[in-house]
Amino acid sequence: MAEGIGIILLKFGFILLFALGLGGLLTWVERKQSAIMQDRIGANRASIFGLRLIGLFHPLADAIKMFTKESFTPASAEKFLFTLAPAISVFFALIGFAVIPFGDKLIFGDTVVNLQVAPLNVGLLYLFAVAGLAVYGVVLGAWASRNNYAMLGGMRAAAQMISYEVALGVTIFGSIMIYQTVDLQQIVHLQGGTFWGWLPAWGIFMQPLGFILFLTVGIAETKRVPFDAPEGESEIIGYFIEYSGMGFGMYFLTDFVETVMISAITVTLFFGGWQVPYLLADGFHFPWGEVWLLNNWTVALFQIASFSLKVMFFLWLQMAIRWTLPRFRYDQILRLGWKYILPISLLNIVLTGIVIMVLK
Amino acid sequence: MNFYDIVFYLFAALTIASAGVLVFSRNVVYSAVGLLFALSGVAGLYVLLAADFVAIVQILIYVGGILVLLLFGVMLSQKGMRVDIGTGAKQLGPAMIVVAGVLVVLFRMIMKTPWALQSVSEFEPTTNKIGVLMMTDYLIPFEIASVLLLGALVGAAFIARKD
Amino acid sequence: MIVPTSYYLFLGGILFTIGVVGVLTRRNAIVIFMSIELMLNAVNLTLVSFSNHLNSLEGQVFVFFVMVVAAAEVAVGLALVVAIFRTKNTVNVDEFNLLKW
Repeated sequence: MAEGIGIILLKFGFILLFALGLGGLLTWVERKQSAIMQDRIGANRASIFGLRLIGLFHPLADAIKMFTKESFTPASAEKFLFTLAPAISVFFALIGFAVIPFGDKLIFGDTVVNLQVAPLNVGLLYLFAVAGLAVYGVVLGAWASRNNYAMLGGMRAAAQMISYEVALGVTIFGSIMIYQTVDLQQIVHLQGGTFWGWLPAWGIFMQPLGFILFLTVGIAETKRVPFDAPEGESEIIGYFIEYSGMGFGMYFLTDFVETVMISAITVTLFFGGWQVPYLLADGFHFPWGEVWLLNNWTVALFQIASFSLKVMFFLWLQMAIRWTLPRFRYDQILRLGWKYILPISLLNIVLTGIVIMVLK
Repeated sequence: MNFYDIVFYLFAALTIASAGVLVFSRNVVYSAVGLLFALSGVAGLYVLLAADFVAIVQILIYVGGILVLLLFGVMLSQKGMRVDIGTGAKQLGPAMIVVAGVLVVLFRMIMKTPWALQSVSEFEPTTNKIGVLMMTDYLIPFEIASVLLLGALVGAAFIARKD
Repeated sequence: MIVPTSYYLFLGGILFTIGVVGVLTRRNAIVIFMSIELMLNAVNLTLVSFSNHLNSLEGQVFVFFVMVVAAAEVAVGLALVVAIFRTKNTVNVDEFNLLKW
């Protein structure tokens, strides 16, 4: 059972590659999807030896550009915090992935590998905690820039994140009440069965309201359109106005990694995580009685693929939302958070409690 | 010196160093950052003490909540502010003497006490048990605490209101 | 457990005294708040290490009550600082002499 440090490092590498890879790929998806939605062709110029590959080299070109540009520090900035802030931002965005389970169990000879970097029994609370810390990078960066526009952007970000953090916690209580655990791997396990023999027992069927609220709050936490008042890259300019080169690159990446994070949490809580419908530990058991037996490795591959596909679906959905809605006004964002989402989430808790009591 | 020890000393060093930054920095924002790291260090120590739920709550409530203190610091140390925010320190000498006295008494106390019981530290999830304790043995304190919080929030909103 | 419980108590003692230094010497109300938080955390650390030492969860339950009181204290305290800042335009506690007539 004991996993060596090598296996843990491998899992760590996998999930890091997953997050950063998807984050990088998202820059391409963002361009291409917006282009398709706006009836354009989109980025397709970056090429290696004339090979364009529908613009897939653009993320690579971006990365090279970010790394080679000068990282300028304004003369009046607080040097230490100015340099540290983007790293804090991206760090807190990435460490959340440690508790996301991306598969069940993989058996190597006599070692059983739990496909989750840190099998933490308070995983869900850990995710909240990390989500709450993300705003530090923004506020510290804004303050350290010593720029009034950055400062205003940072203040908007802080107000928005504090408001939505409250709602983020409250939206998920319904799920916690149903599963009676905060261990994410266990939550995914509990979503394994079926209702009435055919409907996968995913969280969304028990918490439809919770899902909608959570996704809304999650998008607000990523600070992207329609909740992008903190940055407003096209006109109002936000907290990263003084950043250039990789400092800017890190803030840019943080947004995308957070998008992946929100997708991963949504999938884990409401869409069965790595569960594939009807796939049990020893193979498919279809509701019409057919059984396909599979070995452990194939099952694990199916699970990882299922998790990745679901995450990608939500990335697509978030992109579609991002390119559909215009930016909300700042007061509208706060009003939505405090006056609509928070009371409805509280109502959701009460309703869930009543249903649980009645079913008992 | 095994892994556990090294982690303990690392977290202890982080906590004390950040606490020092908090108390001795002249800049309110750096003080807040110091507090941030000090409380994170304490959360790490909670994990070492097999108190996983407390550790997470520490990060969730304290480390997340310092943000507000940080914002106060940020707003007060804006460029345009021309008011006295009292960043200096006073009576450092007498304070040091008092504190050294307290520290000596505490340390003597800790060293003189025979710590007979040595824990059999088996790591097991505490979340469920703490929840049960809160809802059974400590139900009344729990309810009183929630009323206290509510009262404090209403009071704070009333005091800080602009009129 | 290899590090003895007394080490955690030493650490708690050191943190507490650092907090006391902050409260005694600093003149900025916000920094004083932070120092108080540090002292409360030192106490919490002690409670948790005793809870681990005695193998009982009571200490951890107390930590929650301490956290609640700390939160209430900060909420009211910051509100007071805001109110005083509005009238006196300072957060230097030496200037807070409203009750000194």
